[in-house]
Amino acid sequence: MSQQARSLQDQVARTEKGEASDLLKPLIQIEGVTKSFGDFVAVNNVSLTIYQGELFSLLGGSGCGKTTLLRMLAGFETPTSGRILIDGQDMTRVPPYERPVNMMFQSYALFPHMTVEQNVAFGLKQDGLPRDQVRQRVAEMLDLVELGHLGRRKPHELSGGQRQRVALARALAKRPKVLLLDEPLGALDKKLRERTQLELVNIQENLGITFVVVTHDQEEAMTMSTRVAIMNQGRILQVDTPHAMYEYPNTRFVAEFFGSVNIFEGPLLEDEPGHVVIGCPDLSVPIYVGHGISSREGATVYAAVRPEKIALSKEPPADATYNTATGVVEDIVYLGGESTYLVRLDSGRLVRVDLQNQTRSSEPELTWHDRVHVSWEHSNVVVVTS
Amino acid sequence: MLGGGGGAPKERRHPNSAGAATRRLGVGGRGLVIAIPYFWLLLFFLAPFLIVMKISFAEFQVGVPPYTPLVEWVDDQYLQVRMSFASYFYLFGDELYVAAYFNSLKIAFVSTLFALLLGYPMAYGIARADKSIRNLLLLAVVLPFWTSFLIRVYAWIGILKNNGLLNNFLMWIGVINEPLEILNTEIAVYIGIVYAYLPFMILPLYSTLEKMDMSLLEAAMDLGCRPWKAFLKVTLPLSVPGIVAGCMLVFIPAVGEFVIPDLLGGADTLMIGKVLWAEFFNNRDWPAASAVAVAMLVFLVVPIMLFQGYQARQEAKAKEQG
Repeated sequence: MSQQARSLQDQVARTEKGEASDLLKPLIQIEGVTKSFGDFVAVNNVSLTIYQGELFSLLGGSGCGKTTLLRMLAGFETPTSGRILIDGQDMTRVPPYERPVNMMFQSYALFPHMTVEQNVAFGLKQDGLPRDQVRQRVAEMLDLVELGHLGRRKPHELSGGQRQRVALARALAKRPKVLLLDEPLGALDKKLRERTQLELVNIQENLGITFVVVTHDQEEAMTMSTRVAIMNQGRILQVDTPHAMYEYPNTRFVAEFFGSVNIFEGPLLEDEPGHVVIGCPDLSVPIYVGHGISSREGATVYAAVRPEKIALSKEPPADATYNTATGVVEDIVYLGGESTYLVRLDSGRLVRVDLQNQTRSSEPELTWHDRVHVSWEHSNVVVVTS
Repeated sequence: MLGGGGGAPKERRHPNSAGAATRRLGVGGRGLVIAIPYFWLLLFFLAPFLIVMKISFAEFQVGVPPYTPLVEWVDDQYLQVRMSFASYFYLFGDELYVAAYFNSLKIAFVSTLFALLLGYPMAYGIARADKSIRNLLLLAVVLPFWTSFLIRVYAWIGILKNNGLLNNFLMWIGVINEPLEILNTEIAVYIGIVYAYLPFMILPLYSTLEKMDMSLLEAAMDLGCRPWKAFLKVTLPLSVPGIVAGCMLVFIPAVGEFVIPDLLGGADTLMIGKVLWAEFFNNRDWPAASAVAVAMLVFLVVPIMLFQGYQARQEAKAKEQG
């Protein structure tokens, strides 16, 4: 992430709290939007504000409503109820050809009967731009995506990665206020995808155009976005920066969807403003959490611990009153940079622990059937209530 | 190097993978499968055509058969080949035939145009209809084939004649006072041809329109096209293969159409199929009739070849894309 993106994140946070003097102007305001198809509610009372310059991701599994929401921003679907404002203007019922947004389609939707240049020029010609300006802008756009030498090719003569770039150039050519991207990297192979992610972010920052990206790939959302909205069953569960989303998920679903997590379920034993204690039948000792929550004693809550935040050792931890358990290493998954250990606790519960492989030794310190202690710092647990 | 977007070029499919099955069958198996249609065409198309061509080079005579032999033994010594181009000279000399050819082409062309204008919206409507009723609509298009072609053309006589359904209806609602003269005019021929060949226009158009990626239209609208313009810029150019196929399927048989002009067109509708029939059965001039047939074939072979060339190019393109 660039420093520019980081400062934008801070500014967005200040704006949301309403405490900054340099308040950001909202570019997209989605107000209580619902979309149903017959009995099926695809998008359920969603409200969302996206600011100028953001790279905003809508993340969720298939059928969660993220694409429907994007299509409502583009104008291909009309909300059943609610309003959509873009740059302060009500766009709820404005047709797609009159909106200041452009879309990059998942299938790219390049016109097969036109050359690359004609594809990129298409939108500009619709605006009635003079010829030499069209030509100039097309050249500019193709240079931007480094395809200047392929202008006369037809889409079917290009590789998948090149087609993706043409689609991007075509969608950016009209300099929209917002660019909507539907799974922009979905059709690329892993290596190309990683490289393209960074290029996409660079282009976005250089042009200063607001991007709204739909994706099902949690890593992609994390790499690219200034903010992410996680959707499930038509609703938005949480809107946050990738960092906050990962470290402070507000629900069990978000914790599990955004990365891997170990969830321990149990009753709330002690509820203080500065800490809580959760009784957990999976562990031999209770869980101590270093932050307070708003719930009542006795309620069932979930403590979420990320696998890389758990320590694994053959020796018992110094302080064994909270947050520890013993178990046996059942499986080890070698992933190159790190290894995943699956530890079967004495209660029968399986816990996932990720450890960095800092040496090249083929004989790891811990191996199958080793008896180990798992433990974590109380600041590394987060409690979710649903 | 291609700026980052490169990726390896698509691998060509290994030639052996597709050939494995045929190799197991052996060359004989493949040859046999191909030989059957060839044999069929040879026996029922090429051979009769050669006979017709032979007759076209003979001369008319009174007798059985009613034409002179092409090859003949003279004095049991010489093999005499007598080829007469008289029928062809006659054909191009007589205005009737030239006029009949041009009129056939005109009628076929205008009918094709109307079939396209009528068939395109229908095919479009079916292709964009809800999936649940699409097959029903397609069935409705091909349903007339369950009835004999001849009966359907006869039915049009009942509709178009002076005291037929159409005129009675129009007079009943008061649009006209006197019956319209439609039957036994060229208008009736147009109606008949457009009606009879419409399914051949709709089906290829439907299959291209149905395959079209709807996101292309959305992309066009997203880039600023109103729906009508998006149709002109995207749907129409992409449906050209279907338009070409449909037009060929209507135009080629329409040129040689006999039944429709004979039943609906009346005496003065000049079409080559009718002239041919009259030459054979009224004048009993087999060589002239054969010459008419050969000339018609030559006329039609040109558009067919154009069509095939176009198709081959389309297929090559599709292969490249795949």
